[in-house]
Amino acid sequence: MTVASVFEQILDREHVYPFMQRAQSHHIDVSHQVLLYLEGISVSFDGFKAINDLNLYINDGELRCIIGPNGAGKTTMMDIITGKTRPDTGSAWFGQTINLLDMDEPAIAQAGIGRKFQKPTVFEFLTVAENLELAMEDDRTLWTILRSKLDAEQRDHLDQVLGMIGLADQRLQRAGSLSHGQKQWLEIGMLLMQRPRLLLVDEPVAGMTHQEMDRTAELLISLAGQHSVVVVEHDMDFVRNLAAGDRTVTVLHQGSVLAEGTMDEVQNNDKVVEVYLGE
Amino acid sequence: MPMFKPLARPLPFFALWMLITLMLGLSLQARAAEDETLAQAGALLVQKFDQRADAVALLVERDHPRTQEILRLLQDGELYYRKDDDRLFVIKSAETGAEALDLLDGSAVTIEKKRDFKKVTLNNQMRNQISQALAEIGLKAEDPKRRAAAVRELLGALNEDTVSVLRNRIGNEPVAEVRELMVLALAIQDLEKGDEATRLQAIEQLDGSLEPPVRNALTALLGSDAADQVKRQAQLALNGIDEKIRYYGMLETLYFGLSLGSVLVLAGIGLAITFGVMGVINMAHGELIMLGAYTTYVIQQLMPNHIGASILVAIPAAFMVSALVGIAIERGVIRFLYGRPLETLLATFGISLVLQQAVRSIFSPLNRSVATPDWMSGLVEINPVFSLTLSRLYIILFCLLVFVALVVVLKRTPLGLQVRAVSQNRAMARAMGVRSKWVDALTFGLGSGVAGVAGVALSQLTNVGPNLGQSYIIDSFMVVVFGGVGNLWGTLVAGLSLGVANKVLEPWAGAVLAKILVLVFIILFIQKRPRGLFPQRGRAAEG
Amino acid sequence: MFLMEALKKDRGGQVLLGVLLVLVIAVPLLNLLVPEGHALHVPTYTVTLMGKYLTLALLAVAVDLVWGYLGILTLGHAAFFALGGYAMGMYLMRQIGDRGVYGNPLLPDFMVFLNWDELPWFWLGFDQFWFAALMVLLVPGLLAFVFGALAFRSRVSGVYLSIITQALTYALMLAFYRNEMGFGGNNGLTDFKDILGFDLQADATRIGLFIASALALALGYLLCRVLMVSRLGRVCVAVRDAESRARFLGYRVENVKLGVFTVSAMLAGVAGALYVPQVGIINPNEFSPLNSIEVVVWVAVGGRATLYGAVVGALVINYAKSYFTAELPEIWLFALGGLFVLVTLLLPRGITGLLRRKEASA
Repeated sequence: MTVASVFEQILDREHVYPFMQRAQSHHIDVSHQVLLYLEGISVSFDGFKAINDLNLYINDGELRCIIGPNGAGKTTMMDIITGKTRPDTGSAWFGQTINLLDMDEPAIAQAGIGRKFQKPTVFEFLTVAENLELAMEDDRTLWTILRSKLDAEQRDHLDQVLGMIGLADQRLQRAGSLSHGQKQWLEIGMLLMQRPRLLLVDEPVAGMTHQEMDRTAELLISLAGQHSVVVVEHDMDFVRNLAAGDRTVTVLHQGSVLAEGTMDEVQNNDKVVEVYLGE
Repeated sequence: MPMFKPLARPLPFFALWMLITLMLGLSLQARAAEDETLAQAGALLVQKFDQRADAVALLVERDHPRTQEILRLLQDGELYYRKDDDRLFVIKSAETGAEALDLLDGSAVTIEKKRDFKKVTLNNQMRNQISQALAEIGLKAEDPKRRAAAVRELLGALNEDTVSVLRNRIGNEPVAEVRELMVLALAIQDLEKGDEATRLQAIEQLDGSLEPPVRNALTALLGSDAADQVKRQAQLALNGIDEKIRYYGMLETLYFGLSLGSVLVLAGIGLAITFGVMGVINMAHGELIMLGAYTTYVIQQLMPNHIGASILVAIPAAFMVSALVGIAIERGVIRFLYGRPLETLLATFGISLVLQQAVRSIFSPLNRSVATPDWMSGLVEINPVFSLTLSRLYIILFCLLVFVALVVVLKRTPLGLQVRAVSQNRAMARAMGVRSKWVDALTFGLGSGVAGVAGVALSQLTNVGPNLGQSYIIDSFMVVVFGGVGNLWGTLVAGLSLGVANKVLEPWAGAVLAKILVLVFIILFIQKRPRGLFPQRGRAAEG
Repeated sequence: MFLMEALKKDRGGQVLLGVLLVLVIAVPLLNLLVPEGHALHVPTYTVTLMGKYLTLALLAVAVDLVWGYLGILTLGHAAFFALGGYAMGMYLMRQIGDRGVYGNPLLPDFMVFLNWDELPWFWLGFDQFWFAALMVLLVPGLLAFVFGALAFRSRVSGVYLSIITQALTYALMLAFYRNEMGFGGNNGLTDFKDILGFDLQADATRIGLFIASALALALGYLLCRVLMVSRLGRVCVAVRDAESRARFLGYRVENVKLGVFTVSAMLAGVAGALYVPQVGIINPNEFSPLNSIEVVVWVAVGGRATLYGAVVGALVINYAKSYFTAELPEIWLFALGGLFVLVTLLLPRGITGLLRRKEASA
């Protein structure tokens, strides 16, 4: 950069310096209706191939269920999408423009991918409301988290989510004192506070009663449309419930996609039957 | 004279008695002859130079056993005689109040006046005579090692007399090694005195020799007025020798490094079990080492006449003491803190303070020194510039031994199988019927016991004191973390390489700075690879 | 105001600040106005001892900030304390001027003794109080920043972090023992004469230092409190209890840790700077790993993640230490070691945890 061009920039009243731009642009290009691309991904641990040439596409606004036996690579796949694990080969794109493999966990989270862990993980020492507040979509630089207070709009959002997850009465309770099911709900609520474009939900109904499961299914279905939702689950009734209405179900086996289609198609697929029932 | 009493005893006994008496008598006769020679020589020594030369000749001729000793005393100017009675004395320093030893009976006298004693001085002729006589005695020795030593002493110190002695003997010398040394000695002589051709030939013979006089002779030649051609060759030979010396210098650094590394491995390997395999942070590990060292000390106090054996007794004893204390710590404190590593760290640190103070109260805060057995001291000389100290060699071997023993215990015994099972999946191991609590206690005992064994080794290297453990705890953790937690091989490689790195840095950075540099290196290394040199990968490591 | 808000629910903090206020008013009066020999007279020796305890309490608060709230068990905070102390010590050394044994107007005695002819570059500027004061903050802060940036970015955590913080302070201790470092080697810096022109032996100066220590503790406490009642404080707790969850919510965990760690190191530096003129010496022993671990025990005994608990722990243990080392030196290490074990096994929430439980049940 020459001195002259620096002067020009200084004199140009319209010039926007890179450091003035918001760090995380939330613009996600989904012009091809596809939100998440996973292509040719492989990863191995000590010679064990956890993911083997996996290809998976999630459409914008889609609700996708992923099933598969233990060790099929479901959790590892989520680790790769959220930046916890680096694949050995392959590419992962969020929309057309965001390369997930260049980013770490916080950057991916801020770009709009929320994740619920298999084991419910909430901040047990903090209250329910504080848990949600921390999850809330907001600037995450050190200086702002030091000074920020909830504004009216954020407060409304928090109340709304508290209502959705049915924990309005427990808002001042420590999260550690909640039941297992309530913790699952709280974690889903935290996802909602993040307002992500893509929700990755790992076994959301483990430890829930049937009523709770139904409500969870309802909630997840209601989220589809605005958000894309990927649900990994073992409970077949729950998956059938979610996938009703010809939604796509993906079967993972030994780290790659074994079958993809509606619930009926998948259930009648010979290979899937073989994997689940044994040779 | 033996008292001879006829006794009414059976015949065989009497015969035996006679035999013994006879032998005693014969040996006494020999002694008497020797004493006589010595007396004659002594009488001659206190007179003029000519008589003194005769004395030397007499001693050499009669082949008196003390000839060598007396000649050396003469050479070093340590032989004196008392003016009053002409008795000969050995005097190291001729000061008032110093000691004078009687040459004949070895009794000590205190020097009251310096003037009472007079040195037995030599002239040049006598000096040559003595050095030649000494060389001849040395070269005639039965033991090839003593012959080699004699030649080695002649390197660079030949004179005409000794040259002729050497030339005479070189043909008869049966041992090649000694013969080579003789060639060297003569070549050095040629280098100093010979013409150009002889010198060139001598350089060829000297090339590659590591004897210090060779290097000195070549260096001296470079500074002399020798022909350029000779100097060039000498320079080449010198370069070759220096190259070799550097090479052996590196080997020596490596050796020192490996021995330091072995100490680090010994100190760290117990920790590799308690921290690496069990995940317990035991800050009292250093004090378990200290207990091992004190056990060695106590055992030496118990058997003061068997220092050599005491070390061997101390190894199992130290293992038991530290292992028992370790098990007590595990049962009493650590088992309540599983899954809370930071609390474990604090609690065990508290234990380390208690153990330190306990030792201080029992044994006093002062350092105790543990004696090194004879079989551990000494050198193995590989060549004149490179020798291995035995104690370091034993430490390296001991370290490897302990390491192999541990690997065998963990890989080949039922206990090892259970230990590995519990460390990989506690719940599953319990479901399979492994008594995990019992295994925990034994594993901890094993790691602690090894710390105690390390203490035995350390007691041979440093003073044994209450702070012994503290000075090793950080190093131990560094070794384990650097090598990769849960990996015995990693600990071995890490310990040895850190030891070598330390010794390599030491010459140009100084001991303390080298240590700091190594610490800083590890701190930076852990940033890059938090799981160490040989990390455990895969699912088990995530989390 | 937010200070009020920060203290609103903090009973412990209110009590602490109240006590500090009373001490700041009462101690100087009892020392200066009440005649010697009177039962209420506070001797200057005691004033200085209390001042020393207060600086140690500030160090404990700094450790509680990172251990209690962030879960980073630092075994190297004594290093930051000592660095702050050395910065102050260097100022005090330069104040000696030509009153040293060798009477060199520029060089401290130990440099004359080592035959140095000029001041090393890193001693320049320390004749100015403002510069030294700045270094008291900057040097520990910078070390913590660099160390933390490396460690937290590569996600070294848990006991690994503890061990390398310990290695850090150990390495510094070895380094400061070296004469070539230019900090007085073994003996460290001592024989101080005056500070800001006031005689260090004078009663008034000692009272001044006592008040400064109390003030620093109060301000340090308030700073930590304000930080911890903000959202940042909640993020810290979140990081402590579920680090990866916080990361998947989009928080840059390493920046949070780095920021708080650096602030904590600076507080430790201030504590060290106030400690040195009151004890009159700083030497490499202050870097010893044992010191760092002791601080952690003060916090554990007082009660983690309360801040005031750290103050209570520091005062109680240091008082006990003074008492035991004078009366029963043999017992002290047994007592301290036993305390480590007892607190971790039986009192995970410390003394203040006990008090709070009583309050809650009453």
